[in-house]
Amino acid sequence: MGAESGEQANAVNGQGQAREGAALVTGASRGIGAACATRLAAGGWPVGVNYRSDSEGAEQVVQAIEEAGGRAVALRGDVADPEAADPLFEALEEEFGSVMVLVNNAGVRADALALQIEDDDWQRVIDTNLSAVFRITRRALTPMMSARFGRIVNIASVVGAKANPGQANYAASKAGVIGMTKTVAAEVARRGVTVNAVAPGLVETELTEGVAEEMVKAVPARRAGTPEDVAACVGFLASEEAAYVTGVTLTVDGGLSA
Amino acid sequence: MAEVTQEAVEEKVVDALAELGPDRSEITRDATFESLDIDSLDLVEMSQVVDEEFGVQVKGEDAQQLNTVGDAIDFIVARAG
Repeated sequence: MGAESGEQANAVNGQGQAREGAALVTGASRGIGAACATRLAAGGWPVGVNYRSDSEGAEQVVQAIEEAGGRAVALRGDVADPEAADPLFEALEEEFGSVMVLVNNAGVRADALALQIEDDDWQRVIDTNLSAVFRITRRALTPMMSARFGRIVNIASVVGAKANPGQANYAASKAGVIGMTKTVAAEVARRGVTVNAVAPGLVETELTEGVAEEMVKAVPARRAGTPEDVAACVGFLASEEAAYVTGVTLTVDGGLSA
Repeated sequence: MAEVTQEAVEEKVVDALAELGPDRSEITRDATFESLDIDSLDLVEMSQVVDEEFGVQVKGEDAQQLNTVGDAIDFIVARAG
């Protein structure tokens, strides 16, 4: 049998201690992805900071991680491109080693009432938020299974479970992610690989710009969440301690869906 | 790619299966995957080793037809030939 999970990620418990392998965060140039990258780096993982177009943002994230004593590299790649996975993983494998922690965060919105969602806007959201998560996950599984250790965290959304008029495409993609998370989790659980989702509610990022203020009243915590609120949960699910947590969706919404 | 001979495939398949749990002495040509407690995920892992070594893919419906270790060896040799 292969190494137990504790041996694979060496020095797993100490903050900032070096790890074997790497973490990959998609869509990490800003917002929740950037916070996740920073969090994982603080936990000792060398991090691949994937971005599609915002190279400046990605470089800032890398720089901040390095200034804090961590290791990171910016990796350009549009995850919606069916060919994106291999080059991303190969670049990271060359730089830091196999991906042992994957955070599928990259996501887009194209809001409209269902009656007015064009095919293009349906497809673009499904491609990026769901199909890309599947392809990137599929690419990540082999090395994780060989290592008998792996942590996959998919960023879903509370609208994957609860109606939000104007987001039929986004809701469908996030519900899809939650369903996929459960089944893949069950498939690979006995290889020490966990697959979980985090479902943020209202979080202040560029993606939610303009909608935050009016919605805060509906949040029991009376504030919007921060990217760091979400990253803290991702950090837990990516940790050694969360070894027995798999197939769950952890809601992070200040009580919005309670 | 390694040359595909009956012996080479047999050795690689037995090695790959032994990594997945069953005792080496139990892995005979006639042993069923069920009796070895080798499930579909294990077969995927075995087939990745075989693909890397011999460039032969064992997937989907093909994999479902394989019941014994001998079935797998014969399939890989035939597919490579």
